[in-house]
Parts: sequence; C-alpha cells; structure tokens
Amino acid sequence: MFDSLSARLEKVGSSLRSKGRLSDADLDEALGEVRTALLEADVELSVVRAFIAAVRERVAGENVLSSLTPGQHVIKAVHEQLIEVLGGAALKVTYAPQPPTVVLLAGLQGAGKTTTAAKLAQWFKSQGRQPLLVAADLQRPAAVEQLRVLGAQIGVDVFSEPLDPVTVARTGVARAAQLGRDVVIIDTAGRLSIDEALMEEVRSISRETNPHYTFLVIDAVTGQDAVHTAKAFHDSLSLSGIIVTKLDYDARGGAVLSARGVVGRPVVFASSGEKISDFDLFHPDRMAGRILGMGDVLSLIEQAERTLDPATTMDAAQRMMSGAFTLDDFLNQLNQVKKMGSLGGIMKLLPGVNKEMRQAAANVDDSQITRVEAIIHSMTPAERANPVIIDGSRRTRIAKGSGSSVNAVNQLLKQFDQMKKMMRQMGQGSMPQLPGGLNKMAQRMAAAQASRGEALPEGFDALARGMQSAPRGATGGPKGKKKKGGRVTPPKGR
Amino acid sequence: MIWWIGLLLVAVVVTLLVVRRRRRRVRPPVLVPERAPMPEILVEEVEAPPSLAEEPSFAQRLSSSRSLFDRVRSLGARSELSEDQLAVVEEVLLRSDVGVETTNAILARLAESGAPDGVVDALRRELRASLDRPREVRREADEGRIPVWLFVGVNGVGKTTSIGKLAYQETQAGRRVLLAAGDTFRAAAADQLTQWAERTGADVVRAEEGADPGSVVHDALGRAQAREVDLVLADTAGRRVNSSNLIDELAKIRRVADRGPGQVVETFMVLDATTGQNALSQAREFLAAAQVSGIILTKLDGTARGGIVVAIERELAIPVKFVGVGERAMDLVVFDPDVFVDSLLGTSG
Repeated sequence: MFDSLSARLEKVGSSLRSKGRLSDADLDEALGEVRTALLEADVELSVVRAFIAAVRERVAGENVLSSLTPGQHVIKAVHEQLIEVLGGAALKVTYAPQPPTVVLLAGLQGAGKTTTAAKLAQWFKSQGRQPLLVAADLQRPAAVEQLRVLGAQIGVDVFSEPLDPVTVARTGVARAAQLGRDVVIIDTAGRLSIDEALMEEVRSISRETNPHYTFLVIDAVTGQDAVHTAKAFHDSLSLSGIIVTKLDYDARGGAVLSARGVVGRPVVFASSGEKISDFDLFHPDRMAGRILGMGDVLSLIEQAERTLDPATTMDAAQRMMSGAFTLDDFLNQLNQVKKMGSLGGIMKLLPGVNKEMRQAAANVDDSQITRVEAIIHSMTPAERANPVIIDGSRRTRIAKGSGSSVNAVNQLLKQFDQMKKMMRQMGQGSMPQLPGGLNKMAQRMAAAQASRGEALPEGFDALARGMQSAPRGATGGPKGKKKKGGRVTPPKGR
Repeated sequence: MIWWIGLLLVAVVVTLLVVRRRRRRVRPPVLVPERAPMPEILVEEVEAPPSLAEEPSFAQRLSSSRSLFDRVRSLGARSELSEDQLAVVEEVLLRSDVGVETTNAILARLAESGAPDGVVDALRRELRASLDRPREVRREADEGRIPVWLFVGVNGVGKTTSIGKLAYQETQAGRRVLLAAGDTFRAAAADQLTQWAERTGADVVRAEEGADPGSVVHDALGRAQAREVDLVLADTAGRRVNSSNLIDELAKIRRVADRGPGQVVETFMVLDATTGQNALSQAREFLAAAQVSGIILTKLDGTARGGIVVAIERELAIPVKFVGVGERAMDLVVFDPDVFVDSLLGTSG
C-alpha cells in the first residue's frame, strides 16, 4: 500500500531537521517524493510537473519557519497549492431569469451520469426548486428505465420518448417550461471522447437546448486518461464545471486534480455513495487532504452520521462521558464500527495514521471482532454491566463458553478498563494519555475541525489544547511511545 | 489486539464529534426564511484561478501525447541506454497507468539488461515477459455439473454489457446460455440484462429489485439444470471493495454458484481501462473474496491504455482474458498480449 505523503516527507526531513533551511538538494529529494505520491494518486504526469514547479516556487519564495521541519514545510506548501488548484474559484449555482434553468450532464460510459442526474435533481429539490429529469440516454439498454425508477424514488418526474436524443432533449426542455418546472436536468448517453459521431450528437443537444450549466461527470478512480477526457469534452461543450463520483471508493482521486487542472473550471459537486443522499457540494480542502493521504476526518464524520443510529450514538456518548460505559455498550459500539465499513477503509480517512497502524488494521478481520463478540456474549448480563465481579472461575467459564482462552478474556477485560479510563478523562475535559500515533491523529482532527471555523466540542477542545502544549516530539510519530500532554482545566458548564 | 482498541477509541471520538455537531445544530432555534432569495442572474465565477492548462508547456505536452510514441520510435535501434531514453520510457509507462512501482521495476530491469537490439525491443520484451502466463477460457465443468461464469467488479465498468456481448458470442457458437440477473441493486439492471437476453436468444432468470442475489443465482442453476443449459453467466451488482459487507455478500454469491449443480469455472473481474491505481486494490480484494480467474478489460477503444493490467499481472498473476474494443457484440475479443504491448508502446500503427 501507499505511504502517505506526510510519512514520506518526514523521512526526508528527519535527517535535515537541524539545518533550519532547505538546500536545493533537500528540496529536490522532497519534491521527488511529492511527485511519486501524486502519481500514485493518479494525478496526470503533465499536471504533476506543472504542480511541482508551482510548489518549488512557493517554497523558494518563503522563509522557512523554525518550528517546521523541512518536510513539514514542503507538506504545507503542497497542501496550500492543492487547495489553490482544486478550489480557487467556486461556481455559484444561480438560476436563469427565464426558467427553466437547463443543466446538461455528459461523460464517459460508467462514470455515473444517470445516478448523478437523480442525485442532482434531489439536490435542486432540497434547494426548493422543481426539477424535471430528461432521459436522453437512448444508447444503453434500460437507461431510461433506470432513471424512471430513480425519479420515482425521489418524486421527480422523468421525461423521455423513444425518439432520437436531440429531439428528446429539446422536447424535454419545452415540456419543463409548459409544466412550470424551473430546472431541467438532461442525462445523456456515455460516450468516448474520440467517437466523433457521438460527440457531434452531444454538441447538437447542447446547441438545441442551450444549457446554462454543462457538467462533466468523472469517476474518482480514473487514471491518467482523465485529462484527455476532460479536455475533449471541454473543447466540445465548453464545460461550466465538473462533478466527481465514486468518492466513497478508497482511491486517492488524483483524477479530480488532473481534470480541474486541464479544464480550469471548478469541481462543483461530489458524489460519495450509492444512496441518493450521498451527494453534496465539493470541498477542495477535503480533497487536498485525501490526495496527500492526510486523511479525511470530515468525510469520516459524515459517514458516521449517515450510518450510525443517532439515538444509540447519543446514548453511548452520554454513558462514555459519565464513565458508565458497560461491555454491552462496547458491543453496540463494535457493531456500529462494523457498519461503517472495513477497518482499513476507516483508517484511510484518519489523518496521522502511519503505515504500520494501517497495515495492522487491514490485518484485523471480522473473525477477530467476532471472537471478541463471542467472549462478551458468553458473559451474563450482570457481568457485562459490572465486569469487576468477574473472578477466576467466571473467567474460566467465559473462556470455555466462547471457545477462547482465559488469557484472551483477561486481555479483553484489561483493555476495556483502560479504554473506559480514557473516556472518562475526556468526559472531564482533560487530556487522556494516548499512544503516539493516536496523539498525532487527535491533533490533526482538531486542526481539521478548527480550519472549518467550527467550534470544537468540549472535551475535545481540551484535547486539542493539550496537544498544542505537548512536546513537539509527540508528532514524531510511529514509535508508539506514550507522550503525556498537559492537563487543562475543564471548560465552563461542566 | 491493541489496534482495534485504538480504532474503537477513534470511533468513540468520532461519535462524540457527531453528537456535538448534531447538538449544536439543534440547539439554537434560529429563524431563517424558508428559502434564501436567489439572485436572478447567472453569475459565472467569482475569480478565475490560474489554470494549469494555460501554461504553454502543459498544453503542448498534452497534445503531444501521440507524439510521445513517436519519440519512443525515435529511440530506434540504438543499443545504449541513456538517461534521456530511460526518461522517455518512464513517461510512456506512467502515462499508460502502469504505475510508479511497476514502472520503476521495469526501468531497473532495462538498466540491468541493457538494450542490445534497441530500446523499443527491449521494452517490448520486458512488458511481454510481464504478461507471459496461460489465459485460456474454461467452458467445461466436471461431469454432471453446469459451468458458471461469474462477473464481478466495481460500479460502471461494464459488467452487464460484457455479459450481453459474451452471451451473444456464446449463443452464436451454438451453446445454450442462461443469464442470471444477480444485480438486484442498481435500478433497472435486470431490465438491461433481459434486453440482452432478448437480443441474443439466451434465457434469463431475474427477481425483483432488492431481492437476495444468492437466491437469483440459485434459481438460475435450478432452471439451467431443467433446461440442460451449457453455460450460466451470472451478473452481480457493482460494489466498492472497501466495504466488508459488500465483499462478504459477493463471497456468498460465489459459494451459492459453486454448489449443487453449478460449478464456477471462471470468475471475471470486469475492469474499465480508464481506471488508475485503484485497479490494483480492486483486483486484490476481488481476488480474495471471489477467487478471480481472469480480467475483462473494457473500454480500450478510447484514449485510455489500461496499463494497470501490467501491474496486476505482475503482482497478482491474474491474467487478462478478454478486452472490449468497441460497441458491437463482436468487439469483446480474446486478449492478445502482443497486440496490447504494441498499443501500449504506440508501435502498432
């Protein structure tokens, strides 16, 4: 698997820490690592070159801060440059004075246009608009049917006729005007950029319907080809923006950067799942972190919000903070985590998780979790609520009942106890002791939240402040040594 | 053991964040008008970012994607390997999605072996060696069992279309084919497969949306047995590989297909040629869950070169068996490594 860029650069930087400034040779080495990381993230080679040149300029033009290692300094520059390229101008979706506002979707086969059309319709609906979907993909068998089913799910009408795509699109827009719909979304067939006949067809759809917005739908797992596709569609249709799909895959998504770079138009929406609701405006900062392998905490939180049951979550949180967390709650929590997907996948979204941790997580399979569940299931309700009563003979019984060893039971109980302690500390608004890797992660999570201008939750706030006063070496990483951060007074109101 | 505890702690932190966010959202009853008034004008952009595309060198490079291969040809028959030549080779491989690791491995081998008969030939030989493995397609099952081809892959790679095309070719070759519409997730996926069945004269077994795909496959095998079918092609829903639930479900479908009268003789992972480095993790996960025996590389008729299969064959030893080179049913053809390497190097034209 891939090392995160941060880890790579820290390796480069570690030998130079004392120097205080970057020599040309250091910079070359660091930028070489950046290049590899970007290529592994599927950023197109030419875009990588232009990007590296821009970062070099950025680094050269700045004074090296004494508090940053050379490696960190480069990461900072790369991150800033990524956000600049990915973000820059945002497209403001506004509406035509003379409705309907026409939106045209185009792209390769399998990029996810039909699903995106429905998701976009739902988004417009949530903005208080009345969209009409037009199914102009008459190429793929049952594509119209697919859009009809999706339309029915979200309560949006779908227009189509078994005619040619250009006529369907034109009639669809006229029908929307008749029906008083204020947004029309036209789904077109997937096509290869080098298929002249089909490209001409989509051009004539564009001419006939005169869309206010033309979006290229592009798949986040696309490789080097992203630039060819983006350029060809942009040359043909003069795109207003890009919609990226399949962001729920574990791809780094460098294609987004490639397409953005070559088209020079903003990425407007991002689709990150199979459900209609897994669709939102694009966030350049998250994407930047993702390409760098710096984690994507906010996406993780959103994924948690989607999959976790709010009532259970609230309840569990209350119990954790008060220290009344039982093994039953622990079991629930395990199930919740399982719902969120594979451990490796979750680890990818977390910042500051090093390679060793990630691999360890990837090695944890469901059978291991099942074993833990079996041990807990073999306890009586009284034992689960109050593990202190579990004595030697009870341990033997539990081990037998779950088909594991007394040793495993002991280990589980011990770790549960430690975890409970940590939670209580957090509940009291103080800094729990975390292993080195987690320490760093918590810091980054706090930074990610803070960068969004959101107030930090109590407890967590304290955690973050504790981190800041923690010795710098704590960010050094993967050795797994425990570092103690400063204790802080609990925030008001607790 | 310690790591899942760490992970749980993370889950706890996430849980807390979620809860706080939710609370913050709920608490203050702010009075906002139902819908903020929208400016009734079309504004394009706030400020134009410096476009990477505007840098002349980049635009030139892009248009020179083809001429890149001219440069490969210009490497000609010279036998020494200079830095410049290796740089050109690196660029060709990277631009074809071969990936950094495999590219570096190939470069190292080239530097070691030299190029006595020219760089192009040396590179071709090296790539060809990576693709040197048996790739025949199995159509026969054990005595008394029905051969099943199972199709797996992520969303949008062309699984259903590939099944349709292969169904056409197999029925044309005189075999009785049955299609199992195991994609019960995507809206109208079964309709799409049914339309292919009508076109090709194959039989089809389907269930309503949301049905258990395992039971569809099971029913298909029952029907196949009753009708003495020669080959069952089983579709599955597109799934991402970083969800253990979806991958478990796939493993279950495979077990059902490989039981009783059925025998899975081929498990094809359908892969879109435009896919980048993620294809490796797709192959790794599908191999583990469904014992993939071959790859169908689709959409090779576009501008993408599908070089990632070189990495997949090297690392995971899964052979490519079919490639999609066009829209027509006959355009899904048996993979020929020589043709593929030539197209990768642009030396075919």
